Amino acid sequence: MSQSPKFIIDGLKATIDGKEILKGIDMELNGGEIHAVMGPNGTGKSTLASALMGHPKYEVTEGTVTINGEDLLDMGVDERAQAGLFLAMQYPSEITGVTNADFMRSAINARRDEGNEISLIKFIRQMEKKMGELEMDPQFLHRYLNEGFSGGEKKRNEILQMMMLEPSVVILDEIDSGLDIDALKIVAAGVNAMRSEDRAFLIITHYQRLLDYVKPDFVHVMMQGRIVKSGGPELALRLEADGYDWIKEELGIVDETVGQEEEEFKIPMNTVAPKY
Amino acid sequence: MTIQTASPISAASITSLSKSLNEPNWLTELRTQAIEASANLELPKLEKTRIDRWKLDAYGSYQAAESVTSVLDLPEKARSFLEEGKEYDNLIVQRNSTAIYKSISEELSKQGVIYSDLASALKDHSELIKQYFMKAVHMDENKLTALHTALWNGGVFLYVPAGVKIDSPLQSIFLTDNDDAAFTPHILIIAEANSSVTYVDNYTSNDLAGNLVHNGVVEVFAKKGSHVQFASVHNMDRTVIDLCYRRAIVDNDARIDWIIGEMNDGEGMSDTTSILKGKGSSSDAKVICVATGDQKLNITTRAVHFGMHTSSDMITRAVLRDSATAIINGITKIEKGATHSNGQQTERVLMLSPTARGDANPLLLIDEDEVKAGHAASVGQVNVEQIHYLMSRGISLEKAMKLIIYGFLAPVVAEIPIAAVEQQLRTVAERKLGQ
Repeated sequence: MSQSPKFIIDGLKATIDGKEILKGIDMELNGGEIHAVMGPNGTGKSTLASALMGHPKYEVTEGTVTINGEDLLDMGVDERAQAGLFLAMQYPSEITGVTNADFMRSAINARRDEGNEISLIKFIRQMEKKMGELEMDPQFLHRYLNEGFSGGEKKRNEILQMMMLEPSVVILDEIDSGLDIDALKIVAAGVNAMRSEDRAFLIITHYQRLLDYVKPDFVHVMMQGRIVKSGGPELALRLEADGYDWIKEELGIVDETVGQEEEEFKIPMNTVAPKY
Repeated sequence: MTIQTASPISAASITSLSKSLNEPNWLTELRTQAIEASANLELPKLEKTRIDRWKLDAYGSYQAAESVTSVLDLPEKARSFLEEGKEYDNLIVQRNSTAIYKSISEELSKQGVIYSDLASALKDHSELIKQYFMKAVHMDENKLTALHTALWNGGVFLYVPAGVKIDSPLQSIFLTDNDDAAFTPHILIIAEANSSVTYVDNYTSNDLAGNLVHNGVVEVFAKKGSHVQFASVHNMDRTVIDLCYRRAIVDNDARIDWIIGEMNDGEGMSDTTSILKGKGSSSDAKVICVATGDQKLNITTRAVHFGMHTSSDMITRAVLRDSATAIINGITKIEKGATHSNGQQTERVLMLSPTARGDANPLLLIDEDEVKAGHAASVGQVNVEQIHYLMSRGISLEKAMKLIIYGFLAPVVAEIPIAAVEQQLRTVAERKLGQ
């Protein structure tokens, strides 16, 4: 089972509401590697993460993705997860009435055969141990899933799930946004602890910040729904120092965004003019 | 005889049945009056529910069922609500029109607690019952309350003397398993000053061939400083139409807690009302409802504030499957003079299919300035993002739905103070929600 994972994205195109956002992504991730995808807002980074996980809003129109030789795009969302894919989401859902513990146990047991479910004691021990590592209050076990969690708590909870589920391909979508420096260090330590030959990471971020703590092996820059430049960790440092303009210039890109419209300013209709 | 007002049962038969059961004269007279009044009274007007189209004439006739002396001899369906091997000191079981089993612990008897079926309690406590019977709900409110007054049978009489605090819940079970037999229990609870009591009941049915109407009334009188917890789970077959008025009159500093599970498979109307009469009185209502098939339900919770410094909270959560319809009404009424009162309510409806229809109608009627009142209501389908999130962790669609549905009910279920009722509600909900 413990063969080194291989995750291959080949010519991936995806649309949302008929609008093409991903315009042909190629990428190969192997066990032990950490890839960072960087780029300004609106270039399609999060779409890549969501499309890979199989979010119903996105439609893959072209290309293939394989996880350990299996066709990922042919799988349902739950099957993708069971095949080893994990996405730490930028905006995790809040679900009232479902405790963190119920949720995680269901997720773990979904990977086990009937009759072979994880024992409650073992589960609680594991959760408490990992929560300790992430400096989370054990009470979070019994809190409703993400309900009333701060931004940082939600992100930690995503990392906790990753630690519990031990996936072979991990995508972290803007896991660093909304984190203060202490929380960032804790999250980074969690990721580093999970770094192994049995696991490949795809880290989506638009800041260098996280990469100070989690050293990537490869850095890719995304613009206009494509990977426009790839390199080693030095590329991230250059981006941090010089921004993205030099790449745009180098490649003759004027508008780096893709398919996202500027939000129109609308006069609020429910307001009433002041009396005086 | 006009077409609309035909009564299912004649006045003469009501009178003679009452006499043959040796009921006190006041009751025979009241029953006779009620059956006559029912002919001219209208059905209640329910929000968006055509109750007049329901088949409301199948009341059956009074049939005495055979009593048993041991819980082991109870019909299996009734026994399913009891834990095996456990002693049931305070238990009443009604089968169709009459109580077939009743017990009260010596300890409670000694303290002056009365726990009996209402029909037999009339023999020794006629005057006490007369003082309260049909005084919270009135005989002539509408056709249903009149018919109930005329036809009621079996039932429960619970009297808790002043200052007596009863720790463990008193339980009763109502079983209908013969659609020819009238099934119209009346629950009467009187909690005297500074007493406290928890009452739990289950309505269930078995093997019914034809239609039957259950037209029930619950009356609770919570006197000064008392605390009554009332829990009830209705889980009857498709063939039963369940009509139920529950009403509590709450005196100074007293409190009523309602925990209601509307888990029937057939049409249903229920109206659960707290009348906060006394200063500092309070009420809490938690209602859970699961509707399936082509069931039609109209569920109302209501709090009426008269006293100063009164507070009420009402929460209803309904899950609708298939082509079920549920109209969920919450009514907070604060009367003039009920200063510094606080009335809150929440109704939430979760629809699991595109053909299910849910409606949440919060209503605040405020006649006093210095009060707080609030409401929240929502009607919606299962959130796609939530499903995606759960599935992205490897959880199947089916299991994800289940987690979300139970999660929707959980905030109410988890607050149920009686473990046995909580478990029952979970079990019934699971059965109704199972695919």
